[in-house]
This record gives sequence, C-alpha cells and structure tokens, in this order.
Amino acid sequence: MFTPVTSLIGGALIGTSASALLILNARVAGISGIVGGLVEPRRGEVGWRVAFVAGLLLGGLAVAWLVPGSVVPRQGVAPTAFIAVAGLLVGFGTRLSGGCTSGHGVCGLSRFSKRSFVAVVTFMATGGIAAFFVQHVLTKVVR
Amino acid sequence: MKKLASAFVAGLVFAIGLGISGMTNPEKIIGFLDVSGRWDPSLAFVMAGAIGAHVGAAQWALRARRPVEPSALGLHASTRIDAPLVLGAALFGLGWGTAGFCPGPALVDLVAPSTAIVTFVAAMIAGMVVFRAWNHRAGIPAPGAQPTSPRAAASFES
Repeated sequence: MFTPVTSLIGGALIGTSASALLILNARVAGISGIVGGLVEPRRGEVGWRVAFVAGLLLGGLAVAWLVPGSVVPRQGVAPTAFIAVAGLLVGFGTRLSGGCTSGHGVCGLSRFSKRSFVAVVTFMATGGIAAFFVQHVLTKVVR
Repeated sequence: MKKLASAFVAGLVFAIGLGISGMTNPEKIIGFLDVSGRWDPSLAFVMAGAIGAHVGAAQWALRARRPVEPSALGLHASTRIDAPLVLGAALFGLGWGTAGFCPGPALVDLVAPSTAIVTFVAAMIAGMVVFRAWNHRAGIPAPGAQPTSPRAAASFES
C-alpha cells in the first residue's frame, strides 16, 4: 500500500533527528556506523551510541503505541535461513562500505557526497535484484 | 550528560519517524525494491522527507567546518570511490533486498520480537564482528579512524 503522506512525515522526522545529532553531537546519524562503533568500541565513543540505541528502542515502543500496527512482530518475508544470511550480509556490507540507508542514503546524499551517491545506487540495484530473486524464484523453489 | 541526552532524543525521534513512515514493515521495503508487480514508491518519499529535513543542517555543517575533522564526525576515512565502498554496498543491498530489513528499522522492530527479527539482528551483529576481525587482519583503518593523509583530512570539505 502506497503511503505518501505518512512516509513523507516519517522521513522528515528521521531527517530532523539526523540534524539534531549533527548539530548537538557533531555526529552522523548512520545506524550501521553507530552500532558498528559499539562492536569496535573506542574511548569516548561508547556512551552517546548506547544512548542513541536506547532512544531507538524506546522510540520503537512509543511508536508501537502511537501508531498501532507500525511496530508489530514481523513474520519475515523469506525463510529464516535466508534472513540469517541476509543479516550477515547487511552487517558485513554496511561496515565495509561505511554506511547503510541512513548513513549513505539520508546523511551522505544531504552532504552531496559522491561516495554515498555511488553506494546508494549500488545497494538499490542489488537490493532490487535480491528482492526479485527471493520473492519470485527462490521462495518457489524452497516451497 | 548533555551529549547523552541529545543522542537519546535523536534516537527516539529517529525510531518514531521510522515507525510513522512504514519502514519498520519489511513488506514495504520489498514492495519498493521489487519493481515487478505492485510497486510501492513509499520508500522514495521517506528518503525525500528525510533529505529535505536534513540537507540544511548537513550543508551548514560543511560550511561552518564545525567540526572540521572527518574522523570527529565519524565519517569514513576513505574519500575515494573504491572497491570496499562498492562491494560493501552491493553486499548490503543483497541482504536488504532478501530480508527487507536495514539496520535502523531492524533495531526498532526488535521491541516486537519474532523469530525473523531476532535472527536478523543477531546475524547482523555477527556480520559486523566478522568485519572487525577481517579488517584488523587486513590492517585497514577502521571507519572513523584518524585519517592518514592530508587528502583524507580535507575530505569533509569536498
């Protein structure tokens, strides 16, 4: 279902959050980078990351209550084994390329970064290929 | 303490934005990425809203050069379009298009646990741990590490 208005409003909140983090903390709101910095902790770089992730989780509870159906247990769009491989690829890939949808997508594109532009085009393309393949080819084979 | 409070509120607003936008639903991600069938362009509207609300602050930060150091911002040390950037983005996209989760929505969805989301987040963190081990072995500076060349130090301006 196409939701242009709520998607635009939600997006604006995401951009506002990224602006607050950039102005108040001088940090880029890239989620893979924030979590990656907890996997590779450095002095002075742990506290704010823990606070941000705590906010993210509490925000999840808040929005589950504010907007019923927004955060509910998800069944998964592919078999669990595929989801596990996907998680590994997302964790490794985002660290290798230095960003995900938020870091390269929202923050990088807002800086007009050429690196981020290339990253976004690349992950959109392979994302499209994977989604098509898993939804239309692999799941039929597995079933 | 102020920095912790601002980071916490930023995380809170970020998650509420993700929930309102619909991006916590992996079916909407697949609906965007899988262009065959009934295409759902919502994700493009999320990106447009987010960039629209952030571009001013991002451009201000570039001009004000406050902070100057890319490493201080936690930006990647590399400034070039190189193999790790493209390969990493390609791998990320494959995972994203398979599961319909990227890191932000995955963490938010964790508060409504299911086999799928717990599996995904555990595997994602494992992928980051694997990267850390591999990266240290390869001797490549970690993202956000001190830049080694003046070119890297100047990257944030370009």
